[in-house]
Amino acid sequence: MAEEPFDVVVIGAGPGGYVAAIRAAQLGLKTALVEKRETLGGTCLNVGCIPSKALLQSSHLFEEANHTFADHGIKSGKMTVDVAAMMKRKDSVVGDTVKGIDFLMNKNKITVVTGTGTITAADEVSVAAGKGKKKQVLKTENIIIASGSDVAPLPGVDIDEKQIVSSTGALTLSKVPKTMVVIGAGVIGLEMGSVWRRLGAKVTVVEFLDCVFPGMDGEISKQAQRIFGKQGIEFKLSTKVTGAKKTKDGVTLSMESVDGKSKETMQADVVLVAIGRRPYIEGLGLDKVGVEVTDRGFVKVDGDYQTNVPGIFAIGDTIGGAMLAHKAEEEGYVCAELIAGQSGHIDYNAIPGVVYTWPEVAGVGKTEEQLKEDGVEYKVGKFPFSANARARANNDTDGFVKILSDKTTDRILGVHIIGPEAGDLIQEAVVAMEFGASAEDLARTSHGHPGLSEAVKEAALGAYDKALHI
Amino acid sequence: MATEIKVPTLGESVTEATVAKWFKSVGEAVNQDEPLVELETDKVTLEVNAPAAGVLAEIAADVDTDVEVGALLGKIDGDAKAAPAPKKEEKKEEAKKEEPAPAPEPAPAPAPAPAPAAAAPAAAPLLPAVRKLVEDNNLDPSAIPASGKDGRLLKGDVLAYLEKGGAAAPAPAPAAAPAAAPVAATAPAKAEQYPPRVDGPREERVKMTRLRKMVAERLKSAQNTAAMLTTFNECDMTAVIEARAQYSDSFEKKHGVRLGFMSFFVKASIVALRELPAVNAEIHGDDIIYKNYYDISIAVGSPQGLVVPVLRDADQKTFAEVEATIADFGKRARDGKITIEELQGGSFTITNGGIFGSLNSTPILNAPQSGILGMHSIQKRPMVMPDGSIEARPMMNLALSYDHRIVDGREAVTFLVRVKECIEDPSRIMFDV
Repeated sequence: MAEEPFDVVVIGAGPGGYVAAIRAAQLGLKTALVEKRETLGGTCLNVGCIPSKALLQSSHLFEEANHTFADHGIKSGKMTVDVAAMMKRKDSVVGDTVKGIDFLMNKNKITVVTGTGTITAADEVSVAAGKGKKKQVLKTENIIIASGSDVAPLPGVDIDEKQIVSSTGALTLSKVPKTMVVIGAGVIGLEMGSVWRRLGAKVTVVEFLDCVFPGMDGEISKQAQRIFGKQGIEFKLSTKVTGAKKTKDGVTLSMESVDGKSKETMQADVVLVAIGRRPYIEGLGLDKVGVEVTDRGFVKVDGDYQTNVPGIFAIGDTIGGAMLAHKAEEEGYVCAELIAGQSGHIDYNAIPGVVYTWPEVAGVGKTEEQLKEDGVEYKVGKFPFSANARARANNDTDGFVKILSDKTTDRILGVHIIGPEAGDLIQEAVVAMEFGASAEDLARTSHGHPGLSEAVKEAALGAYDKALHI
Repeated sequence: MATEIKVPTLGESVTEATVAKWFKSVGEAVNQDEPLVELETDKVTLEVNAPAAGVLAEIAADVDTDVEVGALLGKIDGDAKAAPAPKKEEKKEEAKKEEPAPAPEPAPAPAPAPAPAAAAPAAAPLLPAVRKLVEDNNLDPSAIPASGKDGRLLKGDVLAYLEKGGAAAPAPAPAAAPAAAPVAATAPAKAEQYPPRVDGPREERVKMTRLRKMVAERLKSAQNTAAMLTTFNECDMTAVIEARAQYSDSFEKKHGVRLGFMSFFVKASIVALRELPAVNAEIHGDDIIYKNYYDISIAVGSPQGLVVPVLRDADQKTFAEVEATIADFGKRARDGKITIEELQGGSFTITNGGIFGSLNSTPILNAPQSGILGMHSIQKRPMVMPDGSIEARPMMNLALSYDHRIVDGREAVTFLVRVKECIEDPSRIMFDV
């Protein structure tokens, strides 16, 4: 189809892709967005962040109703759950959010093309003919690959999204399984495991490494395991799953300890495979166009998100790093600005990671383990929520705030929180780190009382001098 | 009706000044455009003239107060009658009494190089921990190198600055031992960078002017940044002296300015700079910026010390234009009327310690330049001539201090050799050989 060439064609309408498209359009670039899913928003909006947070909130309220209402003098008797209704609400949240993206595409006059996009030349994206659709060829100056990631498979445990599910299937179970085994004690595994445990499943989490949330601060991981254990999740760490056999009654998993010394089998109604995600670059035609890919399947880019082919960029989960929606968004934004001729820079050390379990878990910057490994001398300020007035008023006192600052300059190097609203409390730490603030700066900033964020202030006081309230 | 006297625009990137001197006191008559108050900035001093005639009704900013552009200095009452006041002395001499005489060592005045780190914190509020450290230790935030976002000062920057300051200062024994104890008791709350020191009865403590503080910092900064060393040579001034003897009258008649030595050295330097561009270049981060122009900074003496105005496109100026410009710089420097713009830029510097009698020296680089040529006094010395005989020849020692990071030894030595060749045979300048 003969048309004026685009300035940018973005392949993939997840948080990285649609943000890149919006920013490019805001900067006056003629932009098109190609998405093979019928709805925009990628994994995040459709089968990731949004639906999981909807279910987490619903199941959290159910948990609170059954376990803590009585403490507040609220008498209600045993509550039950209508899974279908819960799923319906989740679907409508997803639907509304996705419609919101459609609105933004219209508002910014971005051409949306539905279908699988393939890079057929350095200046051309072909979108395959879908049902009732013609093949389209888009000529363009620049291409941004934002096709995201997919579930990483576990050999021997084949996902059918019914008995053996990935996160996608875990979001759409039609009834609460009696028993569930989660393979992988990372963010997705613990979040989805929490949802179903709250709704009544007996959940066991099996993890290859020796801790939950590998990569997060060790002290936080240990505390998380303790708290989730008290909530009823059973952990089998340092264990690997070697195979799965499906029967009509459920799934039989064979497992063995990592040191090979013990073996066991375990039955479950549903098995959730949550061992990670891998970059999704199928059908993009990268080898034909000559775009280099690492041996782990990530698209190779330089510091400006350029691949080895001039004019072709890649961002988000496709290039590796933290596979987080907000990291993809930052990259999409900066990539669009770079294409428009501006400069751009992301401080990857100031990107927070959040786990939406309850208590929530969040961290930004370096962990204690990383600082020790780097040989950096640091100070620690720690403050438990049990000493925070608001947390006590809320009867929600599990967890603590930990701030790590440089021993000499007091510059904040890392902040780690497990506790109520950790995912939002972490944000002031992210801002502080972006500005190179010291723990003392945070401590000398006023925090509203009585607020959960006072725990952050007290931890900062503890890092640079002494806490007041402990 | 009262007219306000405000701090005028001070120049590019200069936002603050210090009140150095009031020429009138409250109650004195003032004529329109009469100089009222002298302000000192990092680079120059300037006068603020009375915007209207009348009587000085109010002084809002006293001597030594720091003021920002647009701030109120005082008020003039247009209607009042003034009491007769004694004529004030020429302001320059009085103000400069505090200053030590300019050092004979050719030391360039504050480099007009842009200092973004100093400019930004003046606008951005200080982070809380930084504010506390600065106040507890009585520091000047603009003097502390900032490493934070957008040039902000971080707590670490201040701590590092204090550590260097504390380490650098020796702990002098108090002149009067009994006085030491009470002094120590009052000092700690406002701990200076340096340990408290009791001034002896035969000592006089004078606050460093802003200008001198900035000069001191910039000199140290230049010294700490560049890999600075000096190479020497000497040149026989006979040919230049003969040329001057021959043409001095006709030159002055035609051009209205005397034919001095500087024009020869400016022209000779340009011949050498063209051949050795690294000496005319500047390091910026990981890059070297080569300059395809020759803006020669000329060090001239002023009552406040050395200032270094820039001879723009010196390669395109004739000998007469060079001499005229330099003469004008000299005159205006003595009157303190060199503008900030004239001090900025410059790709290479020439300084002449010879006018004070210096025989040899190691000039300091005028950052961010990479080379500075030092001229010295001309002294008749016995020299061995090509035929083996010995003659008394007028010799001048030449020194080139250079930044070894981008100028290598061979280039520096060759530079001086070329300057020497052009001075000893000025026709080389004309033929460019």
